Amino acid sequence: MAETFDRVKKIVIDRLDVEEDKVTKEASFKDDLEADSLDVVELVMELEDEFDMEIADEEAEKIQTVGDAVDYINSQA
Amino acid sequence: MNVSLEGKTYVVMGVANKRSIAWGIAQALDKMGARLIFTYANERFEKPVKQLADTLTKSDSLFYPCDVTDDADIKSAFQSIKEDVGVIHGLAHCIAFADKEDLKGEFVETSREGFLTAHNISSYSLIAATREAAPLMTEGGSVVTLTYLGGERVVQNYNVMGVAKASLDASMKYLANDLGKDGIRINAVSAGPIRTLSAKGVGDFNSILKKIEEKAPLRKTVTQEEVGSTAYYLLSDLSKGVTGEIIHVDSGYSILGLS
Repeated sequence: MAETFDRVKKIVIDRLDVEEDKVTKEASFKDDLEADSLDVVELVMELEDEFDMEIADEEAEKIQTVGDAVDYINSQA
Repeated sequence: MNVSLEGKTYVVMGVANKRSIAWGIAQALDKMGARLIFTYANERFEKPVKQLADTLTKSDSLFYPCDVTDDADIKSAFQSIKEDVGVIHGLAHCIAFADKEDLKGEFVETSREGFLTAHNISSYSLIAATREAAPLMTEGGSVVTLTYLGGERVVQNYNVMGVAKASLDASMKYLANDLGKDGIRINAVSAGPIRTLSAKGVGDFNSILKKIEEKAPLRKTVTQEEVGSTAYYLLSDLSKGVTGEIIHVDSGYSILGLS
């Protein structure tokens, strides 16, 4: 499911204004990509749009890293 | 009747991103020819607001930081606006905040601090901003604020924000009475739920949208554009005889009893 990662990566780069090479699966939104709490909500909304899905509040809270987001999206596919 | 806003200047407070209702209002005003002034809470919002404004048809927008929790900051923002443009014709107040913890569970658990925060940012800010903006409306003017049904009736999870909106609604009416003699009107738009950054803070928001699609007379949620065009109506001469009013742009949801 490399494709999901690439789509997530593109959104992360776009939303958080970060360098491409910083966006790894292990990268934490808050610690490594310097996202604040509003950035995280914006990201979740962008992901919901991009993948035409709903991410429930309690699921969204569990998404800490780029990889978490990719795994969650793939698990719903 | 002049429906164009050509030659008029409006202040829009509260654009956070492309989903903001404030942005829908800004786009509607821009389309009708208005010049726009944006205020933003702090530097976190500066870049997004400026990037969005770049997409407007008019390129003469101005930007000022304005932290609505600080009276001096509000004063200085409108002082700068006065120096830079002189006269304004309206204000769109699209600002609200409550701690996320207060937007779920039982209202009875609302903390004193959470209550004060919600009222300070979501309700008092209208009074403070209107006080500074009104003197700039020397040719008459119109103020619009954003409210929600949760201020009139109980909406699950909306909690302290509902009480703050009730305070906002009442403030809007008292302001209407004060400002009327100066030819300034003030009204509120009660928008149905829209997927904004703020709305996502309300517990289980996605299921609220589903309920609207199912139950509202128009069987759909409302869009930024729909709220924007009603705000345009209220901010323009089209609504010259209207003040102290709450207009529901909510697909009719607010008329329902048991449904």
